[in-house]
Amino acid sequence: MTPPTPLLELRDISYTYPGTAEETLSHVNFTLTDERIGLIGANGSGKTTFFQLIMGLIRPQSGELFFQGKMVHSEKDFQELRRTIGFLFQNSDDQLFSPTVLEDVAFGPLNMGASPDEAKEISIKTLEKLGLKDFEDRITHKLSGGEKKLTALATILSMQPKLLLLDEPSNNLDPATRERLINILRGLDQAHIIISHDMDFLASTCAQLYTIEHRQLHRCDQKQVHSHEHLHPYGDKPHQHGT
Amino acid sequence: MIDEPFAVGSTLFHRLDARVKCIAAAALSLDLALTGSFTAALTGCLLTAFLLLLSRPDPKLLGKRILTVNFFTLFLWLTLPFTYGGAEYTSFLSLQLSLEGLGTAALITVKTNGILFCFLALLATSPLVNLGHALEKLGMPRKLIFILLFSYRQLFIIYQEYERLQRAAALRGFVPTNSMHTYRTYGHLFGMTLVKSWKRAERIHQAMLLRGFHGKLIPLNQPPLTGKDQLFLFIMLLLSLLLAGVSLFPCPHTL
Ligand SMILES: Nc1ncnc2c1ncn2[C@@H]1O[C@H](COP(=O)(O)OP(=O)(O)OP(=O)(O)O)[C@@H](O)[C@H]1O
Ligand SMILES: [Mg+2]
Repeated sequence: MTPPTPLLELRDISYTYPGTAEETLSHVNFTLTDERIGLIGANGSGKTTFFQLIMGLIRPQSGELFFQGKMVHSEKDFQELRRTIGFLFQNSDDQLFSPTVLEDVAFGPLNMGASPDEAKEISIKTLEKLGLKDFEDRITHKLSGGEKKLTALATILSMQPKLLLLDEPSNNLDPATRERLINILRGLDQAHIIISHDMDFLASTCAQLYTIEHRQLHRCDQKQVHSHEHLHPYGDKPHQHGT
Repeated sequence: MIDEPFAVGSTLFHRLDARVKCIAAAALSLDLALTGSFTAALTGCLLTAFLLLLSRPDPKLLGKRILTVNFFTLFLWLTLPFTYGGAEYTSFLSLQLSLEGLGTAALITVKTNGILFCFLALLATSPLVNLGHALEKLGMPRKLIFILLFSYRQLFIIYQEYERLQRAAALRGFVPTNSMHTYRTYGHLFGMTLVKSWKRAERIHQAMLLRGFHGKLIPLNQPPLTGKDQLFLFIMLLLSLLLAGVSLFPCPHTL
C-alpha cells in the first residue's frame, strides 16, 4: 500500500530576500504528516517567511512545492492552493480591508462562487462560532487588536480551508479569549500549523513541534525537547507538551 | 479624517438604493450645471435644498460644508462685478458694480449650492463603497470603479500611517520648531509614510489574493429595486425634466 499523498510538501526550498546577502531559509524540507503542528523559533528566524513561501506570496530561488501531490509553480496553481489553505497574518490590520466585519468575512466565500445569501449565512455562522455574534456591522478598522485577530480568523475559516497557517494567533488576546481560541482550534477538523512564542498555547493545540533554527526547519523529537534547551526558549517555565 | 458622517442615518434617503440615487443626482446636477436661466437654477436649488432637509444632516457639519464651498464663490462676488463689464451699472459704497456681473455671480452661486445640496442629499447619504457598486451595476467600467474605491481606501491608510508616525514622534518629545532638526524629522515622517503605506497596500493586495480575489468585487448587499426606489426615481426624473423645460423655454419676462 502506498501512503496517502500529503496535502503539502516542500523539497529543498531556499529563499533569500532581495537585497540581502544571506539566505533566510536554506534547503528546507517539510512534509505535512501531522495534523496539529506548532512552529517555534527566535524572532527573525524565518517563520513568517516559511508561511509566505507556502502561500506563494514570495517565490523561492530554488526548491519545489507540492500540493496534494502536484507541483505548484504558476500563479494559477497557487490560486488553487489558496482556496484550500488559510493564512492568518501576524498583523491583522493587513488582513481586514472591507468596511464592515460581515463584508470582510463574506469576501472569501463570494470569490469562491457562493451567492450573496449563502456567503452571508456562512459568515454569520463563522462569526458566531468565534464568539463574535452581533459583530456583523462593526467597522473593521475600529475594532480592538484582539477583536481584529478573531475577525481575521473568521475571514479565513469562512472559506472552509483544509489547512490553517496561523501566525501568532494568541497575540493580543485576553486570557478568556485565548482559552476560547484554544477550544475552537481543538474543535476544528482542519489541520493547522501555528507559529507562536506561547508554549502553553502550543502545548494545548498542537501534537508536534517544529522549530526553525540556523535557516533550517527541524522536527522536534518530543522526548528530547527538554534536553535541547536551544530549541526551547521557554523551557524554564512550567509547561507540558501535547499528548 | 475620512469618515462618512452624512452616510449614517435612517431617513428615506439613507435607505434608497444607491443606483437610483446616482441616476437622480446625475440628472439633477446636470440640469443645474447646464442651465443658463436664473429661475431654473433657483427652483432647482430650492428643490435640492428641500431634499437635503429631508435627509436630516447634522446642521453643524452641513454649515461647515456650505462655508467651504462658498469660500470659492466668494471670489466670484469679489471679482465678477468689477470685471464683467456690460451696459448697466449700479453703485454701492461709491463702487461701480456691473449688473450683469452681479447676475452671473448670483447664478453661479445658486448653481453651485444647488449641486452641493443635491450631492449631499443623494450621494453623501450612501457609503462610498455602495456608490461604487451602484456605478458598476449601472455599467461604469470596472477599472474606474476600482480606482475610485481603492484610492479612497488608500487615502485613509496613508493618513492613518502618518498619524501613527506623528504620534510616535510626539511621544518621544518631538516638538516642531523652526530648526533643521524639525525639517529633517518631517522629511523622514513623509518619507516613511509613503514607504509604509506602499508596503501596506502590497500586503492588503496579498490578503485579497489569498482570499480568492481575481479582479472582480462582488457586492454582498444588492437587493432589487423596491417600489419605493422606483417611485423616487420616477419623481426625480420628472422633476429634472421639468427643470430642463424651464431652462430651455424660459418665460419671457423672467431673467
Ligand atoms: N521584506 C523583507 N525584506 C528583507 N528582509 C526581510 C523582509 N521580511 C523579513 N526579512 C528578514 O527575514 C528574516 C526572517 O523574517 P520573518 O518575518 O520570517 O521572521 P519571524 O520568524 O516570523 O520573526 P518573528 O517571530 O519576529 O515574527 C528576518 O531577519 C527579517 O529581517
Ligand atoms: Mg513572524
